[in-house]
Amino acid sequence: MRYSGFRVIAEALTGHKGWKPIWRDPAPQASYDYIIVGGGGHGLATAYYLAKEFKQARIAVLEKGYLGGGNVGRNTTIIRSNYLLEGNEPFYEFSLKLWEGLEQDFNYNAMVSQRGIINLIHTDAQRDAFTRRGNGMILNGADAEMLNRDQVRAMYPFLNFDNARFPIKGALMQRRGGTVRHDAVAWGYARGADMRGVDLIQNCEVTGMRIENGRILGVETSRGFIGAKKVGVAVAGSSSEVMAHAGMRLPIESHVLQAFVSEGLKPFIDGVMTFGAGHFYVSQSDKGGLVFGGDIDGYNSYAQRGNLPVIEDVAEGGMALMPAIGRARLLRTWGGIMDMSMDGSPIIDKTHIEGLYFNGGWCYGGFKATPASGWCFAHLLAKDEPHKTATAYRFDRFLKGLMIDEKGQGAQPNLH
Amino acid sequence: MIINHPILGPRDAQEFVYLGDASLMSRPDGMTAGIEAFHDYLYNRDNPAGAHRELWYHEQGDRSWLVVTRNTVTHEILKVEMARDVARAGGRSK
Repeated sequence: MRYSGFRVIAEALTGHKGWKPIWRDPAPQASYDYIIVGGGGHGLATAYYLAKEFKQARIAVLEKGYLGGGNVGRNTTIIRSNYLLEGNEPFYEFSLKLWEGLEQDFNYNAMVSQRGIINLIHTDAQRDAFTRRGNGMILNGADAEMLNRDQVRAMYPFLNFDNARFPIKGALMQRRGGTVRHDAVAWGYARGADMRGVDLIQNCEVTGMRIENGRILGVETSRGFIGAKKVGVAVAGSSSEVMAHAGMRLPIESHVLQAFVSEGLKPFIDGVMTFGAGHFYVSQSDKGGLVFGGDIDGYNSYAQRGNLPVIEDVAEGGMALMPAIGRARLLRTWGGIMDMSMDGSPIIDKTHIEGLYFNGGWCYGGFKATPASGWCFAHLLAKDEPHKTATAYRFDRFLKGLMIDEKGQGAQPNLH
Repeated sequence: MIINHPILGPRDAQEFVYLGDASLMSRPDGMTAGIEAFHDYLYNRDNPAGAHRELWYHEQGDRSWLVVTRNTVTHEILKVEMARDVARAGGRSK
């Protein structure tokens, strides 16, 4: 079924009886050409592009729980391509371009809203750093703009411009950045993959991998053994657990990151704002809730919930930036499990086991990367060579000293 | 989270700085270990879901290093030892 405005009107006039479930619920077959482990944003996007762009068939996505039940449903929905380093920026700009055409491409309303993102500046040194980053972005085909204090004030007059410690001096703006309805991304990719014959198999946990003579033959699951020529793993926070089935130790620690939504308020924040000095970023959803977050809790965790000190820290950051939120009530908080890599950048690479591929280490930047991550992983699976924007995301970069360390923090995942 | 410090008793985890897996205590010998061993030591982690031995530094307290065994799924703290005692038990002189 194709969605369109016409279809909505036709259904409205006929009592909405024509809407059907948008994907099948198939039982697993004995074997596939490709198995994607993980039915989240990245896994579903991989299956979608593998079927659509790379014309591959006999594909299955195995999901332990339900589709889109992990980080793609637990993030703060921001898209942007404001990175500095050569290994990163072309990839994230590729991703942003895919976001721009995504809804037409998969014929699903993902509410892609390019409402603009600003990174606030508080010092001269920060202005220099952001100018450099903006130039790096422009050199890679992205858009970037430096705003002065008055321009920021015209957009967000209620910010605390004269904060004694972090006065606002300007901002780096990317107008093409924005937000997306995150669940709809998973649903849109799932529907698009299903329409092209991909089997989306839910409640199917991978419990082992069958590997013989350095080659993968398939995966053991809670629904029996499923054979495959190639297995791609895209399981975010559970990366270390799943890859341990293949005897691999990864340069990854799993950490919990919390996010927050306030009660619904009248519209007053048009775009996305980040306050790096106070570890706080915020946007306003179309329902009116302020969606905001801060830093990871800082210790290894698989709990999908964090502790109160970080909630206090994030709330303090929010109050320092815009004291007006002090009277808004917090509606919900939740946590997601981040696969924090050792340099803060992801991995999309083959493993030493033939037929086994890995996509992970997205830290807390995985959502914006979803389309390009899926595309590049599908490229790697189909052609056995990396996509040109993802050549740096290799396992061996740590051994060779080719880290992509945006923050320059070294091998300390809880600082990235 | 409350960490039951062996000397100071129960302390809020906010007083501590987290470093990571306690295996970081046993650094390979720089004169004999190869680059692969150092790579594994510096970058690779077990990262288990479940009991995890990890290093916490009591920065806002007595500046001691602790080895805390904690369940990463429930955040329950199972055991707290002085890192010094763990190192000595492992054959280190200090």
